[in-house]
Amino acid sequence: MKSKINSIFTQLERSLAITKKNIKIYYLKGPVIIFGLIFPLFLFLAFTLGRNIPLKELLPGLVGMTTFFTATAVGPSIMSWETRSKTLERLASCPVSLWAILLGDIFSSFLFGIIISVIPLFFALLLKISFLNFIILFLGLILANFCFSALSILLSAYPPTDIPATTLMLSSLVKFPLVFISGIFIPIEKMSFFARAIASFSPLTYFTDLVRHLILGVSYYPLPLDFWMIIIFTLIFLVFAIKLHEKTFTKRIS
Amino acid sequence: MLKNKKMNNIIEVKNLTKYYDGFLAVDHINFMVKKGEIFGFLGPNGAGKTTTIRILTGILKPDEGTALVSGYDVLKNPLEIKQCLGVVPEVSNAYVDLTAWENLMLMGELYGVPKKEREENAVELLKDFGLYDVRKKPVKEFSKGMKQKLLLCMALINNPEILFLDEPTSGLDVESARLIREKIRQLNRDGKTIFLTSHNMEEVNQLCHRIAIINHGKIATIDAPENLRTQSMELQYIEVLFDKPVNLEKLTEKLKMANVSPVGNKFRIYTANPHTIIENLVDFARENDLKILDLDTMMPSLEDIFIKLIKQKI
Repeated sequence: MKSKINSIFTQLERSLAITKKNIKIYYLKGPVIIFGLIFPLFLFLAFTLGRNIPLKELLPGLVGMTTFFTATAVGPSIMSWETRSKTLERLASCPVSLWAILLGDIFSSFLFGIIISVIPLFFALLLKISFLNFIILFLGLILANFCFSALSILLSAYPPTDIPATTLMLSSLVKFPLVFISGIFIPIEKMSFFARAIASFSPLTYFTDLVRHLILGVSYYPLPLDFWMIIIFTLIFLVFAIKLHEKTFTKRIS
Repeated sequence: MLKNKKMNNIIEVKNLTKYYDGFLAVDHINFMVKKGEIFGFLGPNGAGKTTTIRILTGILKPDEGTALVSGYDVLKNPLEIKQCLGVVPEVSNAYVDLTAWENLMLMGELYGVPKKEREENAVELLKDFGLYDVRKKPVKEFSKGMKQKLLLCMALINNPEILFLDEPTSGLDVESARLIREKIRQLNRDGKTIFLTSHNMEEVNQLCHRIAIINHGKIATIDAPENLRTQSMELQYIEVLFDKPVNLEKLTEKLKMANVSPVGNKFRIYTANPHTIIENLVDFARENDLKILDLDTMMPSLEDIFIKLIKQKI
């Protein structure tokens, strides 16, 4: 048992080495900047400019979208980049489990998300916008970043391609509909029954609801449910990501 | 797990089998690699070399059979196996956006080498391979030879017991290839077991204590290069050069054999009995007023044996 725990800690340490490597290599890649920063910014501007809405009411949508896009910007393409540059086999030949490699990728996606998604909150603090509970909001932000990062690694599993653009395009096919059905632009309570039912299958719905609760004091779901749903989605994404990558790994290196 | 036993065989492969989508890539192969030897693994493209290496290095799981590497089972202990290996894959795959130093530090971290030790090892290896002065340059600025040297450094950062080298000198210039071959010999003298694949028969001949030839997923033969030669005596040949042009039909008739072929201005005669052929050639020269300018008895090359074996229906 003790050696098993030691082995897990050893693998976690090696995950961090992979995270460091990813930060050095992938953070400044063009598609990461475009999909993680420029795209969500312009999408947000397109939906807000010209509409007479107070900044405080815009903030939950901005935080939700920033967190979602940035946390899912790095993850999808790492595997295909590594496949293309034949570095995946290099990693696989090292004493690191596949789950530890994936966790390293999730950590790097997560850190990118955290760094960028605190910026709107920082500006909100500068503008003296009040929060119900900043610590809980920050905890939710951390949890949601991890959840979306895990989703991004799941999205990179299939197809096992070596073309990053293919993975980014396919992950966008999932990401964009999620943004529109998750209460970012239209609050959940104003949606139709059918739309609300669909929204309940998106992890972003619960994060947006959580942020709306802690910034505006209104929410559709109870706060603990938002937290629990994000945790459940995270676990589902993690398990499916590992299983699917295990299944497609042979195809990737062959 | 046999880790604590004194092992003669550092790799033991029994009935190893691997399918890819129903295609039998490795077909119940058996072989052993002795501790401290350089073991050559040859085969044409698609024969199953890379799949076998991937199984032995813990990257792929076999569908049937077992393989013990350094006493660990590839199915049960892939991480322990990887921990005692160094691998140089066929395709150059250092991280080109990182510097040589960063690549080595990353490998050291992934193998759990303590910081001080990995820095010392990295300095020593980079100096040894002549890369120390370019350690801060991104690998994308490296030549093919420099990348290959770096890959060897990366494989050695954890001071492994066994080195798997997949085509380590492929595409390199003569000087770099020679340097890498010399390093391989040196590493072997230092006690490392080396599992080597190469398409360069001369390289395998020079370096390996034993070789295995794999074809269509099956092992065609395993032996020392010299033993393989002596087992294939029908592939030895004589090359003869006369001072004047000679009629091929006449020569074939004299030698009472069909397998005579012109090679440049010489004739090549394949035979398992060179003594009789030489006597007949001398008679032929005397009868036709010819002078023998050159006569060589050639042992079969490893390449001849390789071609013969892969053409055989297994």
